[in-house]
Amino acid sequence: MADITAPAYRTIPIIPALKPGAMEGKGPFIANDKHQEALGFPGQLVDDWHDKAIAKMGDLLGKFRSLRVYMDACVHCGACSDKCHYFIGTQDPKNMPVARQDLMRSIYRRYFTLAGKFFPKLVGARDLTREVLDEWYNYYHQCSECRRCSVFCPYGIDTAEITMAAREILASVGMGQKYSNEIIAKVHKIGNNLGLPEPALVDTLEGLEEDVKEDTGLDIKFPVDVKGAEVLLITPSADFFAEPHIDGLIGYAKVFHASGTSWTLSSMASEGANFGMFIGNYEQLRKIALRIREAALELGVKRIVVGECGHAWRVAYSFWNTLSGVGDGADETDRFAQMLQKQLDHRYKQPTHICEFTWDLIQRDALKFDKSKNDQFVITMHDSCNVARGSRMGDLPGGQFEIPRNIIKTVANNFVEMDANTTRERTFCCGGGGGLLTDDLMELRVKGALPRMEVLNQAVQEHGVNYMAAICAICKTQFSKIMPVYGFDRKMVGGVHQLVSNAIILGDK
Amino acid sequence: MSVLFAILFYLATLVFVVGLLSRISLYARTPAPLKIPTTPAPTTKTGVVFRLTREVVFFESLFKANLWTWAMGWLFHASLLLVTLRHLRYFTDPVWGWVAFIQPFGIYAGITMLLGLCGLWVRRLFVERIRYISTPSDHLWLVLLIVIAVSGLLMQFVSHTDVVGVKTYFLGLLSFDIGTLPADGLLLLHLFLVFALLALFPLSKLLHAPGVFFSPTRNQTDNPREHRHLSAWAGKLESEK
Repeated sequence: MADITAPAYRTIPIIPALKPGAMEGKGPFIANDKHQEALGFPGQLVDDWHDKAIAKMGDLLGKFRSLRVYMDACVHCGACSDKCHYFIGTQDPKNMPVARQDLMRSIYRRYFTLAGKFFPKLVGARDLTREVLDEWYNYYHQCSECRRCSVFCPYGIDTAEITMAAREILASVGMGQKYSNEIIAKVHKIGNNLGLPEPALVDTLEGLEEDVKEDTGLDIKFPVDVKGAEVLLITPSADFFAEPHIDGLIGYAKVFHASGTSWTLSSMASEGANFGMFIGNYEQLRKIALRIREAALELGVKRIVVGECGHAWRVAYSFWNTLSGVGDGADETDRFAQMLQKQLDHRYKQPTHICEFTWDLIQRDALKFDKSKNDQFVITMHDSCNVARGSRMGDLPGGQFEIPRNIIKTVANNFVEMDANTTRERTFCCGGGGGLLTDDLMELRVKGALPRMEVLNQAVQEHGVNYMAAICAICKTQFSKIMPVYGFDRKMVGGVHQLVSNAIILGDK
Repeated sequence: MSVLFAILFYLATLVFVVGLLSRISLYARTPAPLKIPTTPAPTTKTGVVFRLTREVVFFESLFKANLWTWAMGWLFHASLLLVTLRHLRYFTDPVWGWVAFIQPFGIYAGITMLLGLCGLWVRRLFVERIRYISTPSDHLWLVLLIVIAVSGLLMQFVSHTDVVGVKTYFLGLLSFDIGTLPADGLLLLHLFLVFALLALFPLSKLLHAPGVFFSPTRNQTDNPREHRHLSAWAGKLESEK
């Protein structure tokens, strides 16, 4: 970290000039054979990688309408070209969403279109070479799949879909990413990303109960594997011990305690994160999601609540019903989904975000707060990308913005917004999402956070902001790591439920 | 020449129709296994219809992205629509009332279309980011459209072509009767490039036109918790278990 310094702030709005080659390089560490094979990928680059890669691309084109349409539809209008935080932060033209897409589109045109077969130069088509593969590996690991570009594309082209496909092709020929694949292997083996086995988890939670008792004088429980509990809480494993995440977990526990809700964690599915999405592999995405289904069936819970985690909430909200049947509205004949859906209580949304859960209690006047407990903070909200552009909360579109803000305003007195071009559906990624939260990408993470830091700094100067709320474990980890590089206190970032935890008044129910 | 252009006309139309339909059917047949609307997204089908309508009619997302590109792009597309509709008069007899009505607008739309195209090309040539992402074909498409527009406008305002002859020829072609096409250089150029455009449509980035309707980030309803969305190939994974 010491050798990485913060880039200088610029004047907003920023339209950066191009610096070709600024982020050329090898990309993050490549997964070794052990991590590759644990996920069913080849351990090394296979000899026939060229044919395998093209075949895999054809396979994905047939399975994903998004990829199929997005390869054809781009007209190079440039609407997305200044929207990516990695481009704004690094100025490397290959980090413009359209250019990143074209790394694959050029191959698609060469092998899958008439124009590219006969007039490659004319339409920007090229052969798949080893150099192209390396270039893919580097630049498709400079995309956090945050979807900001897709907001602005006139055809809704989502670079995340293309990045996912590229990573899937790379992994399938033996070039997977170490960070993501290692973590996925741990989920399957141990139950969470951190590799925290059940005894250690139980130990940690007991310690937490003691700490909270010391703080509040109350017996606030952090139950594990309680059969018959009403709520199964699925939360990112960082919540169990990382700072500031753990304060959020304490917040959830206090809300459950105050509302008298019986709840439990699961040692088998002690992880909300699903890195299967990051590597673009449907089978892994599904396999990881199925652990939660199994836990829910085994524990017989009525509700599934998801903690503060961005991509986990996208997967839970948008994909769980498809992948594992956690949701509602399955066909009568759909035995796989019905098995679980019959068990769940459909007076509530399945799954429920912890913010929806808390906001619902607030609306029913079931929680009491002392707002002044948060008076030392001037709070702003960093909308986490996956929550903002890949999910919803509540009944209305945009609930994912309103509900967390409503909670903050209920538990604290000082709330201000950052530049409207960088919040809600236009929010920037923190710079560490999409499987890039690894130390071997530190330079990218620092530069990718620059756009957010510039806007935050503006809010700090104008309003004296000293707390940036985020509802994502990756945002929290990324910001607490890189904010010191920009001269901010690492404690400036925290969860929404950390604020809830500060202000909640706990009676003796 | 009349026979050659008749063949080109039939060929281009055939490639356009068959190519476009096969592409559309490919898009329609390819499953979208996951719910990926860019949120906030409409929660009902009617809402999706409105979203797509705003996208197609007003270029809503492009408006959010960049005002200049939006203004030039919208001007070009709206003008092109008027111009195309105006040209229906060469294929219908008697001319439909509303086609006759838009005739004067259609003519001036030719000029605004050219303005839009030139604006887009200036952007492509002089904005560094857009120049970087442009392929030769991106420039050529603009050149092609500009030449079509200019040749059309020249026939309208400078060197009049025999429109009655042109109309008789195309009405003939519609009933597979090849008459005589007026031998006018501008006309032949205009027609040849339009045929080229039609034939290349289904093989090129012009597929953005049908593509936008099939874009899952735009055409999906935001209701994943309320309805289970399952594609055929993903469903098979469940029965294998």
